[in-house]
Amino acid sequence: MSTENKINVSSQEKTGAEILVESLRKENVEIMFGIPGGAVLPIFDKLYDCKDIRFILTRHEQAAAHMADGYARATGKVGVCIATSGPGATNLTTGIATAYMDSIPIVAFTGQVATHLIGNDAFQEADTTGITRPITKHNFLVKNVTELSTVIQQAFYIASTGRPGPVLIDLPVDVQRAKTNFVWHKNVDLPSYKPTYKGHPLQIKKLVDAINSAKQPILYVGGGVITSNACDVLKELAEKVHIPVTTTLMAIGSFPPEHELNLGMLGMHGTVYANLAMQNADLIIAVGARFDDRCTGKLAAFAPKAKHIAHIDIDPTSISKNVVADIPVVGDCKLVLQDILKLVQPKKHTDWIKQINKWKQENPLTYKKDNKLRPQYIIEEINNLTKGNAIVVTEVGQHQMWAAQYYKPKGPRKFLSSGGLGTMGFGFPAAIGAKLGKPEETVIVIAGDGSFQMNIQELATAVVNRINVIVCIINNGYLGMVRQWQELFYNKRYSQSYLCSKKFGKLHCEPVPDFVEVAKGYKAEGYRVTKKEDVVPTLKKAFRVKDKPVVIDFWIEEEENVFPMVPAGAALDEIITSLA
Amino acid sequence: MTEIKRHIISALVYNKPGVLARISTLFAARGYNIDSLAVGETENPEVSRMTIVVRGDEKILEQVEKQLNKLIDVIKVYEFSKVDHIERDLVLIKINANNKNRAEIIEIAEIFRAKIVDVSHQTLVLEITGDEDKLTAFINLVKPYGIKELIRTGVIAISRGG
Repeated sequence: MSTENKINVSSQEKTGAEILVESLRKENVEIMFGIPGGAVLPIFDKLYDCKDIRFILTRHEQAAAHMADGYARATGKVGVCIATSGPGATNLTTGIATAYMDSIPIVAFTGQVATHLIGNDAFQEADTTGITRPITKHNFLVKNVTELSTVIQQAFYIASTGRPGPVLIDLPVDVQRAKTNFVWHKNVDLPSYKPTYKGHPLQIKKLVDAINSAKQPILYVGGGVITSNACDVLKELAEKVHIPVTTTLMAIGSFPPEHELNLGMLGMHGTVYANLAMQNADLIIAVGARFDDRCTGKLAAFAPKAKHIAHIDIDPTSISKNVVADIPVVGDCKLVLQDILKLVQPKKHTDWIKQINKWKQENPLTYKKDNKLRPQYIIEEINNLTKGNAIVVTEVGQHQMWAAQYYKPKGPRKFLSSGGLGTMGFGFPAAIGAKLGKPEETVIVIAGDGSFQMNIQELATAVVNRINVIVCIINNGYLGMVRQWQELFYNKRYSQSYLCSKKFGKLHCEPVPDFVEVAKGYKAEGYRVTKKEDVVPTLKKAFRVKDKPVVIDFWIEEEENVFPMVPAGAALDEIITSLA
Repeated sequence: MTEIKRHIISALVYNKPGVLARISTLFAARGYNIDSLAVGETENPEVSRMTIVVRGDEKILEQVEKQLNKLIDVIKVYEFSKVDHIERDLVLIKINANNKNRAEIIEIAEIFRAKIVDVSHQTLVLEITGDEDKLTAFINLVKPYGIKELIRTGVIAISRGG
């Protein structure tokens, strides 16, 4: 950074810890998550006096990273977490990797042993920057306090611009104590980091021509549309040129759920009609999506009728990585879609939409509607009661897919899920982060009995801080998605996927743990639902609780499966819709 | 599209700790094979140049270039097969040599403008620089005498003209 860019905010010398807190203020950080430890004590000493940044003490560092992530997903702001050196830092890594795979802006601070001890296998020493290098957008080891404020400013800038992602700052404890003048810059200038925002006019022209001549086009949109706040432009464009829209898991909520052009989610557990539309499209316009294997199915059989594949993405490495795009457009989704919107002629694809509607009628998203307590019904009722206005956060597994299929959020940032990494244990802490970022919203976790136990200790964090999230455990006594794969592809050999004690015989006699008692032990509310008719009254009761977490333990049909399903390695149109 | 070729990639990077690790981690994590990697300071001490030789098809090459560009510490990436360039690799080679064949080996060395840097009763150490073809030809010629040790710096490359 150039010297004229520097503003000396204070001529008085400050310690590294003071500089850190002051820098967080400059970055308008209102909340941070973490756990103290030996190598970050100077920072926590300064945080003790800091009244304008709320600190949420978690019970596990992994949860701190997920909370920062959930806060970022719900608000669009940068989430901040902190942990001590060694095990504190390694515990953060699952959360950092989760944020990395889903392009979520977080800044993670870790303590490090004193600079003179680095490399000596000191107590609680780990090579944190080495460990996190492949799972961060960038990371820093700050060995000199004079660099600290600049590094923090750069970290927030890198995390939140271009394709967002986690940035980690490793801070040796002696640097936290060392003193220097506090310096802040007017703006960040990194010559080697210049994301491309404006799409290339020639490529945009090519894409516009392709749209004008396409007969069966489809918009395949991903999380980038939400990141760049492009949902309104997306809707305008889809309507103007009459193109159906399918969303990835990450883009749920980016397009109005009841819209005629909405095909729902595509891919492994996507709708039949979305997958058929992809396979029959002559033009695929990927917007902020990355052709993940869960979306494309078998690559060799993907989109056989596509004359053109256009790919709009801010990250050039996403383009032509899995599927070659003949019309690549590097840029910000919103800006590129705005440019396209101006240039395209209004169109109608009556025949194509008619065909899609026929597929919709023939293969609706459905489940067995009987008197049994089925997970899809629970999620439909959550959707009805909240009218799609609640923030739904999921764990990972079958319940995640049911939530993706049956929850219809009215707007972006209302369906939060670990898409890329598929991290069990993400949902509950992420929901706490989301609730703290959006206190006025109802926040509901759709959890599995397996996933919830991976960060169940955060009930303490939620109770102590009076955080109201509603955890709906879709309890089938199994690692359900594993069980489903074992049922379909491993001859029903349920190897290590049963979570209950077998000697009790029927599962619903003795699931372990008793989640209602666990909730009560943590001084949270706990309810159990075993009958279909109790779903709505119990949810209504839960919605009336305002100052603590609520756990609802739904005992569902144990061997319910997620359908439709495209088996791993099959083409998108080789869909299993039910057990034969 | 799928033809596997050798590519020389040159990356200008900040001369900072951890940058080499960042690049080698990237190659390992993405499964790209490195033939050679040479690093050194440039005319600007704050900037280093890494010359990386990789094998792969066009698609892999495109990804390697993009992934390198994505790293915050990478300033610029070139791929040399697209431009007129000079490439050099330096080889130190220790060959079995006795009174009978020493003259013969020295003759081959002279033809290739290799330097004799060490002589003993049993061995000769030669130093040779050149491009891939020249070095391969030379190594093949001296192989029959018995190569005791061979060390290369890895390829570096520079574009011709302004």
